[in-house]
Amino acid sequence: MPPMKVLVPVKRVIDYNVKVRVKADGSGVDLANVKMSMNPFDEIAVEEAIRLKEKGAVEEIVVVSIGVKQAQETLRTALAMGADRAILIEAASDVHTDIEPLAVAKLLKAVVDAEQPGLVLCGKQAIDNDMNATGQMLAALLGWSQATFISELSIDGDSATVTREVDGGLQTIKVKMPAIVTVDLRLNEPRYASLPNIMKAKKKPLEEKTAADYGVDVTPRLTVVKTAEPEGRKAGIKVGSVDELIAKLKDEAGVI
Amino acid sequence: MDFGLTEEQAMIVETTRAFVENELYPHEAEVERTGHLRMDLIKELQAKAIEAGLYAANLPEEVGGAGLDTLTWLLYEKELGRANYALHWTCVARPSNILLAGNDEQREKYLYPCIRGEKWDCLAMTEPGAGSDLRGMKASAREDGDDFILNGTKHFISHADLADFTIVFMATGEEQTPRGPKKKITAFFVDKGTKGFTVREGYRNVSHRGYTNAVLEFDDCRVNRRQVLGEVHKGFDVANDWLGATRLQVASTCLGRAERALAHAVSYAAEREQFGQKIGKFQGISFKLADMAMELKAAELLTREAGWKYDQGTVTEADMSMAKLKATEVLAFIADEAIQIHGGMGLMDELPLERIWRDARVERIWEGTSEIQRHIISREMLRAHGA
Ligand SMILES: Cc1cc2nc3c(=O)[nH]c(=O)nc-3n(C[C@H](O)[C@H](O)[C@H](O)COP(=O)(O)OP(=O)(O)OC[C@H]3O[C@@H](n4cnc5c(N)ncnc54)[C@H](O)[C@@H]3O)c2cc1C
Repeated sequence: MPPMKVLVPVKRVIDYNVKVRVKADGSGVDLANVKMSMNPFDEIAVEEAIRLKEKGAVEEIVVVSIGVKQAQETLRTALAMGADRAILIEAASDVHTDIEPLAVAKLLKAVVDAEQPGLVLCGKQAIDNDMNATGQMLAALLGWSQATFISELSIDGDSATVTREVDGGLQTIKVKMPAIVTVDLRLNEPRYASLPNIMKAKKKPLEEKTAADYGVDVTPRLTVVKTAEPEGRKAGIKVGSVDELIAKLKDEAGVI
Repeated sequence: MDFGLTEEQAMIVETTRAFVENELYPHEAEVERTGHLRMDLIKELQAKAIEAGLYAANLPEEVGGAGLDTLTWLLYEKELGRANYALHWTCVARPSNILLAGNDEQREKYLYPCIRGEKWDCLAMTEPGAGSDLRGMKASAREDGDDFILNGTKHFISHADLADFTIVFMATGEEQTPRGPKKKITAFFVDKGTKGFTVREGYRNVSHRGYTNAVLEFDDCRVNRRQVLGEVHKGFDVANDWLGATRLQVASTCLGRAERALAHAVSYAAEREQFGQKIGKFQGISFKLADMAMELKAAELLTREAGWKYDQGTVTEADMSMAKLKATEVLAFIADEAIQIHGGMGLMDELPLERIWRDARVERIWEGTSEIQRHIISREMLRAHGA
């Protein structure tokens, strides 16, 4: 099989180091003036694509981001890491608008139809809303095989062998290509965008599209009823003896 | 006028900061505790820095650097400056720009190996008897056929123990000027191991643990004329041409640590409770935070403006001195107040504050003391009035 094209969708999300604050009206998380970064799982997907390219299994890496115009920065980061080309699909103007997984999957399907990649590498989920749905929906829309939560990937011709992180252990499966693969934390450690590559990223092509260009309706179907801060951790207690500890675990915590 | 960062600059800041936080911070405690940087650690981090393109990024692209403009380079310096000095200076080295003044042969021998991480440089000007008044130096070199013979002592020379060679400034004669006799100075490359050149252990000092300084002794040390950097008697011209921006580098690294200290202070003030409320709610604390933020911003704007003017070719000596002076003094102020906000905890080495406070001290002394910077700034003002 000749080297293929790989598509990597990347999402701009609130940086994982930022202390999240709920908006006063409870409609969501406050994203005004907070640091945004590439979804960490997507970073792992980009890294994997670059490694496949370095091994000669991939010819071109196309990254795509769907959301507000500022997602351009996320795409530039992916280009600086080593992706070849970027597509920005502007689908919202307010940073607080989250495009739902089905709409994202439909847009990605349209991109796949146009680009004809042999592989789509996605993060297993975005750390902002933890939906964990886009990759699976895209596979369904395309009728492609899917392998989720992977921690190892090797491509051999028209099939790929992947290790999946499942409850209670690791599962190794073989999937037919083309495939949708969603990546988990332990797959790799993403590289730093190197200074020379950052300088080169500006010269790489970044195509700007809108959701309307693909004829996809991104109107939300879901309504957020309420957003609340997690309850603060309560202070611990000191127990006097092992017997007391066991009694409390049994009667109060109900864990044994 | 645009005060924002370009997309590229924002990414460079992000990459450099991620590197500093993930790769350098974890080793700070060890270096602070032992006062020593292990060679195996240096090699490990250096390899990572080279891969990330951060090593020697101060230098132009055609010699293997990152080709950053001055403003962007200063943004990168600020991020590196957050970390323990020995760690960032050694493992993410920025070889002196003065190496660019070398001829082809000297570039092959010194510049390129420094960029590849195979050699380290050090720069020797200061003497026991000549600090601020560098022209008063006693160390000298006399011509002897094709060679020069070097004699004298240099002290406070940073990382000379690690360095493979030094660029040393020596008096090579005297000329008469309307304002009296003036020493002529020449710069030489001298390799470690050259007969008559010894490096002795220097002093232990309060700032920058792990970042050593040494005493250099020259005792009838013979070097060939090919080792002269630039022209004979033109050593200070070479230094002025290539070392001008190092004041801005000092300013930037100070801004990084000041920002780090301020971040600690803000989060502590927002969390620590006394008398039933967050201490940040007490005006005595919140006003400190406001002043710290404002001073930091002022220092940062001075530094960025000077960097920008450097790129435009319009920078003045006073611009660079103001940036260096302000940033180093603001760092001292912020480090001190950050400790005050933390109370006793601020003094404990669990937090980076006590060392940021110690490290701040040298910044007002090296690269020209605060007094010398004030002298430079006011000299330009007074000269305009003929004084
Ligand atoms: C840790 C460390 C590392 C260093 N690394 C290097 C290095 O790698 N290479 C190198 O060459 N040097 C190095 N130096 C030397 C440094 O640049 C000098 O310490 C500095 O230039 C000041 O000189 P001095 O210490 O001799 O002080 P002095 O010049 O003796 O100054 C003493 C005091 O007099 C004041 N003073 C002097 N002249 C005037 C004046 N005209 N007007 C008003 N006040 C004045 C000074 O401001 C200061 O307060 C290093 C120093 C330190 C501490």
